[in-house]
Amino acid sequence: MGRYLIRRLLQTVLILWVISAITFFLFWVTPANPALLICGKNCNTETIAQVNATYGFDDPLIVQYGTYMKGLVNPGGRMIGTEGSERKCPWPCFGESYQNGVPVWDSISEAFPATFWLATGAAVLWLFFGVLLGLLAALRKGKWLDKLSVGIALFGVSFPTIVFGYLLLFTFIVKLNWIPFPDTANAALFTVGPAKWLQFYILPWITLALVFAALYTRLTRANMIDTMNEDYIRTARAKGLGEGTVVFKHGLRAALTPIVTIFGLDLGGLLGGAVITEQIFSITGLGKLSIDSVLSNDLPAIMGVVLFAAVFVVVANIIVDILYAFIDPRVRLS
Amino acid sequence: MTESVTTTATAGTGTGRPFLELKDLQVHFPTDDGLVKAVNGLSFTLERGKTLGIVGESGSGKSVSSLAIMGLQKGTQAQVSGEIWLDGAELVSMSVPEIRRLRGQQVAMIFQDPLSAMHPFYKIGDQLVEAYLVHNNAPKSVAKKRAIELLDRVGIPSPSKRFDDYPHQFSGGMRQRAMIAMALMCDPQLLIADEPTTALDVTVQAQILDLMMDLQKEFNSAIVIITHDLGVVAQMAQDVVVMYGGRVVESGPVRDIFYRPEMPYTWGLLGSIPRVNRGGDHRLKSIRGTPPSLINLPNGCPFQPRCDYQQYVEGHSCVAEVPELLQIGTGGHRVRCHIESEQRSRLFAEQIKPNL
Repeated sequence: MGRYLIRRLLQTVLILWVISAITFFLFWVTPANPALLICGKNCNTETIAQVNATYGFDDPLIVQYGTYMKGLVNPGGRMIGTEGSERKCPWPCFGESYQNGVPVWDSISEAFPATFWLATGAAVLWLFFGVLLGLLAALRKGKWLDKLSVGIALFGVSFPTIVFGYLLLFTFIVKLNWIPFPDTANAALFTVGPAKWLQFYILPWITLALVFAALYTRLTRANMIDTMNEDYIRTARAKGLGEGTVVFKHGLRAALTPIVTIFGLDLGGLLGGAVITEQIFSITGLGKLSIDSVLSNDLPAIMGVVLFAAVFVVVANIIVDILYAFIDPRVRLS
Repeated sequence: MTESVTTTATAGTGTGRPFLELKDLQVHFPTDDGLVKAVNGLSFTLERGKTLGIVGESGSGKSVSSLAIMGLQKGTQAQVSGEIWLDGAELVSMSVPEIRRLRGQQVAMIFQDPLSAMHPFYKIGDQLVEAYLVHNNAPKSVAKKRAIELLDRVGIPSPSKRFDDYPHQFSGGMRQRAMIAMALMCDPQLLIADEPTTALDVTVQAQILDLMMDLQKEFNSAIVIITHDLGVVAQMAQDVVVMYGGRVVESGPVRDIFYRPEMPYTWGLLGSIPRVNRGGDHRLKSIRGTPPSLINLPNGCPFQPRCDYQQYVEGHSCVAEVPELLQIGTGGHRVRCHIESEQRSRLFAEQIKPNL
């Protein structure tokens, strides 16, 4: 177990390094001229030269890469700027935004809580309703409840998030006025209290959860139907166990195992930002940050967001693998 | 009490019925392709302490009948009719909660493939304990003690250690032993063993069969053993039921079935046993054709499309009508065949026996 963890952690570092290298070189070969982006409307030869000197854009690419990596691995961060006008960029330093000069890490850590609440809240919703509907459908296979669940799932999978989200927004916020317009200030649970916080997130949660709930319904249904046909379910019944024990202890326990895998990866992916949902409901999370930085060619921000999201995916993978060994005794970590 | 031929003195129930009696059991499954007639009128009796072997090829209705005794088709699409009497109680008409109390307690089942029949996520010991606790209001420690006792009894070394193992950590033979131990947790009076040794190699197979016979003596349980291995039947059973196409085609004491079989299908089964004592040049014999579709059973005798002896029947009765299961002699030997009994004995003596 210990050796396994160490090996996985080393693998993680390697993967993240590869991702950081790829993003770095990929973005540095784009035709965008960073100095032009930074000085904006006041550009002249002099300011461009000054910007180049400040950020080291004149240095060979490999040197720039070294500086970039130093900001990521050196616990003390690195310095930005020329002699005399130096400022510290604390660890983890992805550089400063071309748009507003704010350190990228500050933007990320500011945007993350909103994305975190959005993703985890939606995950609770979709996991609960997806598994519940899937379970009911499997147990009532071929009956109307099954057909209804499959119908809802088909609807959920095929309905585009952007349409569904705006539909909710117009219905409940604009037309019915049940919920006030989204105010970014309400995204912070600990400053505004749960009532406003819930109001702020409820529609985004539903929007984001719909597709996943539909997928999980189908997945749970299929797994559960397969499991209930297994020999060990027949054995459980032959022991004289009640149907509840058979379904939950023997059936669902086995049927949920693959769902744990998918859930970990889905949640891990979403913690890097839910672009469409955040955009619809003006949530200033990582998804919005990525879109904004892409649209404004803000290279340090893009690299930061990509690497940050990658960390979640990779870590989610490890957690799922470790969890799996606890869930399924046949799996050995090695 | 219509056609009971077994002596009822040993029944011990006081009702005069045999311990286990199936009367005209029918199990049909409606499917999109039509009605699958898996069992069409199965009748037999069995007393405590005795073993009945049910033989037949795949799809002959053996396993389906055993699941019907456990009531495991209740609540599914399956249509079960007929009567199953166990120790004075009728099971086909019994409600699910009632029959659930019998499952594991009075009737227990040993399944064919213990790797898939045991839950992969739970410890062997816990699965045994669960079987005990569902019928006994006892603390877990008592159940655990019993589980370890039985694991020991079925020959699992250091049972208190292996209690905490998962099924995949056991070998095939050990899993089957554990499966038997699980079936015995509540001292069932009737054990149904569905191909208990099919997945095992021959040495282990012999050990498992010995174990089952020992346990039968110890617990005085009745055993129904379902198999397509006639060797297993010869070793274990006192009575044999040969099934074909969901029907009994021949039944009787084991000696009659092996030494005086009269049904061409039984001849085919006996003829297809591989013999090691006869040189290596012979091909394995098989019964020509394939088992019948249970949706469209052949007209007349179900075995008729594969039967090589139809010329011994006058007229077209083989394709026209289902032969009755008729008693021959006095020993409880019954045969379902249109050929005259004397003719059958002669055919067996002249054509079949010399080639066995």
